[in-house]
Amino acid sequence: MADSKSTKNTTRTPKAHEVLDFERPIHELEGKIAELEALSSDTNLKLGGEITPLKHRLNRLVQEVFRAISPWQQVQVARAAGRPLCEDFVEGMCDELVELHGDRNFRDDPAMMTAIARIGSHRVMVVAHRKGRDTREKIKAHFGCAHPEGYRKALRKMKLAEKFGLPIVALINTPGAYPGIGAEERGQGWAIAENMQAMFALKVPIVSIVVGEGGSGGALGIGVADRVLMMEHAYYSVISPEGCAAILWGDAKRAPDAAKALRLCSKDLLSFGVVDAVLEEPVGAAHRAPAAAVQELKRVIIEQLDQLGRVPMAELLDMRFKKFRAMGTLFADAAAVR
Amino acid sequence: MAWERFRKKRDVPEGLWLKCKKCNETLFKKDLEAVLSVCVHCGYHFGLNARERIATLVDPDSFEEMWSDLRAIDRLGFVDKEPYTVKMTKAEAKSGSTEAAMAGVGRIDGLRVSLCVLDFSYMGGSMGTVVGEKVTRALELAADEGIPCIVVACSGGARMHEGALSLMQMAKTSGAIQRLADRGGLFISLLTNPTTGGVTASFAALGDVIYAEPEALIGFAGPRVIQETLRTELPEGFQRSEFLLERGFIDRIVARKDLRATLAQTIRLLAPQPGCNAGSNGGSNTGA
Repeated sequence: MADSKSTKNTTRTPKAHEVLDFERPIHELEGKIAELEALSSDTNLKLGGEITPLKHRLNRLVQEVFRAISPWQQVQVARAAGRPLCEDFVEGMCDELVELHGDRNFRDDPAMMTAIARIGSHRVMVVAHRKGRDTREKIKAHFGCAHPEGYRKALRKMKLAEKFGLPIVALINTPGAYPGIGAEERGQGWAIAENMQAMFALKVPIVSIVVGEGGSGGALGIGVADRVLMMEHAYYSVISPEGCAAILWGDAKRAPDAAKALRLCSKDLLSFGVVDAVLEEPVGAAHRAPAAAVQELKRVIIEQLDQLGRVPMAELLDMRFKKFRAMGTLFADAAAVR
Repeated sequence: MAWERFRKKRDVPEGLWLKCKKCNETLFKKDLEAVLSVCVHCGYHFGLNARERIATLVDPDSFEEMWSDLRAIDRLGFVDKEPYTVKMTKAEAKSGSTEAAMAGVGRIDGLRVSLCVLDFSYMGGSMGTVVGEKVTRALELAADEGIPCIVVACSGGARMHEGALSLMQMAKTSGAIQRLADRGGLFISLLTNPTTGGVTASFAALGDVIYAEPEALIGFAGPRVIQETLRTELPEGFQRSEFLLERGFIDRIVARKDLRATLAQTIRLLAPQPGCNAGSNGGSNTGA
């Protein structure tokens, strides 16, 4: 039944990305340049002298704008339409790909994508959140919110990977695990917890990458890894800014304040030791240059797999636990607090 | 409404008399303490803070608290209506507890156990770095000493004020449970009202044996969140202990008066016997 998508990736025609509010000046300048370019090719006017400085200005502007974005704008970038989704990264970076479905228990959760694949010379198991590209897909995938059967599907495939010695590549992009009646009835908490515990024991290298939204337990359910990476403009948080604002101030509209307070940007997470490295994105974030972002991720994953493949398994498992064991182990001096 | 009951949950209020939150009968406070804070009319289980909980579980004077000096650092510089540091000071003054968990060793019917109890009276029992660390150390102590570990969950979930570091306590505690399992140790999880969010989705769900007190609210997403997402009424009894037992996610519902005896019996019947290494794979997974 599995729709096998064998060999070679298909290149999608890039769709226009969403223009976020703070990107307006960039968008306007881009429009101006496009106009001049059109004019210069339609007519025989040589406008190169006008266009080149504008392009330099654009470059500087993009850099300036993105250097100064706020945590809330950062969250918007992570969610932006046109930013590559896990499915785009997977299809773009895998040289071979066969999607596998189902948890062998309840149903196939479209919000979790699992596939055997080849990335460069590495055979791997890919587990990834799927948000869906069009409205139909998005609704089917609950906008990237997996149910317990999604996490169990991922676990089943990760155990398959262990059996045949394939390293695991986990791509994270979810607003969070699905909050619903069915999800609770089937043990959402249990599914996430059991995945984390099992991932500490899997005898294959694991690389996880937060590529967009790192939504709380829903992210961590496939997030325990030897190397936890994060894309520059992704976010990773204990709760959504909206949820946090609703609890703290009784007003989800204060999400920008919550985003700031939560310290959910990649540089924060790196400083806390929650992620091992941050992947630089093309200037102006991945949604402005998706293909380049995909290639960079592929390069980094191959590099990580090369390194991890050389570490003896017992050492790898030990390091995997110790890394998480060390998180949140700085404490105040009780005497000083009193 | 059930949800309100849980939200406004307090330790038994001051004064001589109080009303049962479920059946509304008037109860004499002194009597209530003698029956482990369970209503004699309807069996409603009042909330207990960590100290009270421990007193109901362990043999008299057998508990030695450990790691009581752990206090969180405000790594995020988190400010909502007030700075997190101020919030912690107030929570300590109000609850009389130094953090949302208390851990140590004690005896249950003579059996030595490593125990960690979450405390809802301190910031809703939320799991920040200190709670995560105490749970982890309790598990590690159990592994080192070869004794069972019992963790009593009572929490609204991960603590927002410590951001992703709180979130990572889910992974840390789950990893520690795997380590204990590698060494054949027994981990018993006891779920009490309420157990939700990141606590449910980590150590609370990972007991070799999972017990729950009657009618405790247990779930991943809070009922309010689900209601707001789906815009429908939730079914009667949804996310209560009885619901979870029926769905197969907990092993048994145990009334508070039977907890000590049931825990002791479970340990006697299940825990590794000295000189017998059944169940242990000697830590081969860790290569230690």
